[in-house]
Amino acid sequence: MPFTPDQTLDCSGLACPMPILKTKKAIDSLQIGQILKMIATDPGATSDMNAWTQKTGHQLVGSEQEGSKFIFYVKKMK
Amino acid sequence: MSNGTSNRVAIIAAHGTLDAAYPPLILATGALALDMEAAIFFTFYGLQILKKDYADKLKVAPIANPAMPMPVPNIVGMLPGMTAVATSMMNDWMKKANVAKLSDLLNIAIEGGVRLIACQMTMDVMGIKKEDLIDGIEIGGAATFLNYASENAIALTF
Repeated sequence: MPFTPDQTLDCSGLACPMPILKTKKAIDSLQIGQILKMIATDPGATSDMNAWTQKTGHQLVGSEQEGSKFIFYVKKMK
Repeated sequence: MSNGTSNRVAIIAAHGTLDAAYPPLILATGALALDMEAAIFFTFYGLQILKKDYADKLKVAPIANPAMPMPVPNIVGMLPGMTAVATSMMNDWMKKANVAKLSDLLNIAIEGGVRLIACQMTMDVMGIKKEDLIDGIEIGGAATFLNYASENAIALTF
């Protein structure tokens, strides 16, 4: 695991737009500098998480794939 | 915004079928996730989406709908009960894909502050009263929508 998450959010099985909605909610609950680990199975998640971080200003510090699971590490920036 | 980006989405929902109701609600709730604000103007058949306890009962049209995953010939689609069959099939597919229910998306939109605007003119035409519609919405007309949209909004029509 490249980063130690402060919180883990499992969005496995969820379809658009729930993963980004849950990600926003989770990020809102964190402190600046903390890291959220988000797990998704929606293949659109990679594109969406890139777009989501670009628009919201949070930082996608890492991502990996384990089988059908896409894992993202997002650092809260503001 | 000085850098040419917009943080506002102004959406028109003019159709009242199950499939037509999803895109406006997905994009409006998605906007919330992106720290954007959104409004949906529900007009003509789109107003059905706001009727009390009705969003999850919207139907799919089997006639003149060649894009159904399992296409229904029009001559079959016109038979009694085919609308219910097509709707039930679509609901099964949506459930299997774990897509949120329309009522859930409406609740998320309202809780997140999306402006849900019911078209006054449509209400008059169709005899729909405010008490026929879900709570948490507002009623307005073209000026309400255009005024909102005029402030650097991305405008979308469904």
